[in-house]
Amino acid sequence: MGELPDATVPKLPHGVRFRADKARGGHILVGPERIFNIDGVSVEILKRVDGQTDIAGIVADLASVFTAEPAVIRPDVEAFLIDLRDKQMVTL
Amino acid sequence: MSETLLDDRPRPSSAPKPKPQPPIGLLAELTHRCPLRCTYCSNPIELESRSAELDTETWKRVFSEAADLGVIHLHLSGGEPCSRKDIVELTRHAAEVGLYTNLITSGVGVKESQLDALFEAGCDHIQLSMQGADEEITVAVAGMKGAFERKQEFARQVVARGFPLTLNSVIHRQNIHQVPVMIEKAVEFGAKRIEIAHTQYYGWALRNRAHLMPTKADVDRTIEQVEEARERLKGVLVIDAVFPDYYAKYPKLCNGGWGTRTLSVTPSGKVLPCHAAETIEHLDFWSVRDHSLADVWDHGPAFEAYRGTDWMQEPCRSCERKHIDYGGCRCQALALVGDASATDPACVKSPHHDRMGDLARSESAFAPDPDKVSYRLIGAA
Repeated sequence: MGELPDATVPKLPHGVRFRADKARGGHILVGPERIFNIDGVSVEILKRVDGQTDIAGIVADLASVFTAEPAVIRPDVEAFLIDLRDKQMVTL
Repeated sequence: MSETLLDDRPRPSSAPKPKPQPPIGLLAELTHRCPLRCTYCSNPIELESRSAELDTETWKRVFSEAADLGVIHLHLSGGEPCSRKDIVELTRHAAEVGLYTNLITSGVGVKESQLDALFEAGCDHIQLSMQGADEEITVAVAGMKGAFERKQEFARQVVARGFPLTLNSVIHRQNIHQVPVMIEKAVEFGAKRIEIAHTQYYGWALRNRAHLMPTKADVDRTIEQVEEARERLKGVLVIDAVFPDYYAKYPKLCNGGWGTRTLSVTPSGKVLPCHAAETIEHLDFWSVRDHSLADVWDHGPAFEAYRGTDWMQEPCRSCERKHIDYGGCRCQALALVGDASATDPACVKSPHHDRMGDLARSESAFAPDPDKVSYRLIGAA
């Protein structure tokens, strides 16, 4: 298991927006004076960050959609969210 | 994941006149009206009057067009953007069309009810100007009594509502000794970010340059102070710093390159590649009253004038750094060398580089004369 408890609910704080970038393609995570390009499985993770679903729920959903073992993908999901937390783009 | 859109990596040279890549930022100068009269203001000396300002519907159209064009960050600025009675309505519209809204405010005269309405309307981020770390310096710089107290109160109200807050401190000779205190104030207020931005000499700041220019020793000290604070406050406060290019070796990449990443719209609707571009008087600035924003971005003559590298003279033309800084700032080249196509004299390769450094050293060596400073004023031109 990773570092985060199952009941941790990741949330985009006020002032952070995740959206498609129609003009350039792909998805972006936007904060004050900052823009991150989001691609691949990261898009799928952030689509599930709705401020209600906990980390266990996000991992379970990803695991069923991508037919993967929850225990296998969880460390990657956590590492991604922790990195965004350190950048003040997600609260955990 | 990569943070690529705001970086400074060189972009490849493009074939003749391709469609430019979409802009990422729009600076909307909603009004030039402002309760403060800061000596360093980058607004033009010839400020636009209230009667010349765009109406609500036109700004809304501009924001819709900006979103369609690919703009990500909308900076609602001025003057004081909250001087506009429609600031909440404009913010709501911008958020609805998908723009990230950044309110750049003096915090003076913004009511709590207005702040609640802005939050509800979808305002994403607030950037508060900070002229000094106490009342005395704030009054000396901004020309308004009681402003510091009001700003402190405003910062608390912003953070209490859950907005992310950035403090923007423009640094010059009058307040450079307060940089460490400003950083501590940012932490005390609960700001997530502070900009320690040394004055860029345009508009009112250029007029007041002799009054504002810090010594090289003072600048070097702030660089050390910022580095120390950055390390100490990791995870608490992001510190972004801009240092004065009069003492630099290479010029700044101005706005990410002319007509490359950002555009500005003046209160009356003129579209500029940067907010100081009107100082280059021979350029033809199209207005949003006559053109769509996409039309101006793709075909406006002022945007085409210095986009890319075709306009460059030597030493820029054959320089290995030409895709790094695009020759620096066109407005500064005009102001200091008399030719907007010349190499920015901040560059060590400019024949005028030494003169620029000498100018800064000599201006910073004399005590400022308070009687000679010009406070920002509408109708002063």
